[in-house]
Amino acid sequence: MTEKFQIAGRIFESRLLFGTGGFTSLQVMGQALSESESQIATVAMRRVDPLARGSILDVIEAAGCDILPNTAGCYTAADAVLTAQMAREALDTNWIKLEVIGDDRTLFPDGPELIRAARQLVEEGFVVLPYCNDDPILARRLEDAGCAAVMPLGSPIGSGAGIRNPYNIAIIVEGASVPVVLDAGIGTASDAALAMELGCDAVLVASAISKAKDPIGMARSIRLGCEAGRLSYESGRIPQRLYALGSSPPLELDD
Amino acid sequence: MRLVVNGATRELPETVTLNSLLSEMGIDQPRGIAVAVDGEVVARGTWDRTRLRDGQRIKILRAVQGG
Repeated sequence: MTEKFQIAGRIFESRLLFGTGGFTSLQVMGQALSESESQIATVAMRRVDPLARGSILDVIEAAGCDILPNTAGCYTAADAVLTAQMAREALDTNWIKLEVIGDDRTLFPDGPELIRAARQLVEEGFVVLPYCNDDPILARRLEDAGCAAVMPLGSPIGSGAGIRNPYNIAIIVEGASVPVVLDAGIGTASDAALAMELGCDAVLVASAISKAKDPIGMARSIRLGCEAGRLSYESGRIPQRLYALGSSPPLELDD
Repeated sequence: MRLVVNGATRELPETVTLNSLLSEMGIDQPRGIAVAVDGEVVARGTWDRTRLRDGQRIKILRAVQGG
C-alpha cells in the first residue's frame, strides 16, 4: 500500500486521474473507469446539444468518482474564466482543470494567458489545477499564483509519446510544494510508471485508455503501472553506476 | 426580438425568459448545464425570472466527455 495523496485538503487513494475523452461509448467508458479505480474523472464543457442522449455525469457518479471539469478548447484567459464559472454553476464544484491553449497543432498551453486565468480563478475561490508545459519556471509561477497543483505535460495531448523531458519533470517535482500531476502524453503503463518514479504525485490519462484496442484492459494496465511506479519511488531505487558492482561475496582464492 | 444563442441567431417573442428559451430548445433537464448571458453566468435558480432582451448573446454549455 503506497502513501495517499491530497489536493486542496482532499485525500485520494488512487493516483490515476481519468480523462473521459475519446471513448466510443459511455458503457465502455464506465467499465474502464471502474477498472481504473480512479477517484477523479474529467469532463469538458460544450455547447448544448438537445438531441444528445445519455449522461456522462450519471456514469461518473455511478463509479463513485468526483467530477473535474476542464476548460479545454479555450485560447484566452477570458474564455477559460467564463468556462470555469459556467462549469462551477453546472456541476456544483469549484475545482477546475485549467487549460488555455496556444495553438491547435501542438495544443501546448499559453503560459501568460494561463497565469492570468489562474490568478483570477484563485481570487474567485476556485481550486485551480492548471495544465502546463514541462517548464519548471512556469510551474513555479502557477504555484505562486495560488494553484492547488500543477499539471505538466509529458508530451502533446493525445500523442502517446510518453515523457519527452523527464529531467524537467524531475526539476518541477523537486521545486513544487503543491502536488504534481503529469498530464498528457501517457501512451502505456510504463509511461505512467516512469511519471511516478520521477516523483509525480499522480497522472492524468485519457487517450491511452479510451483509444486502446481494449480500453478496459489498458485501464487496468495503467493503474498497475501507476501503483508499481509509486511503490518504486517510495521504496527508493538504487543509484545508477557506470561500472559493475557484484552482488555476490567475492570468491576466496586459495593461491 | 433577435437573440444569438450559441452563435446562431433566433427570432423570439418579446416576453421570453431564460426558462422558456431552454424549454423551447428541448432542454428539459438542467443537470450539468450552465447559461451565460452577455458573458455573465446566470444562476440556475433565477432562470425563470430572467427576461431576455433584444440583441443579447446567450451561451448554453453542458458537461460532455473530454480529457
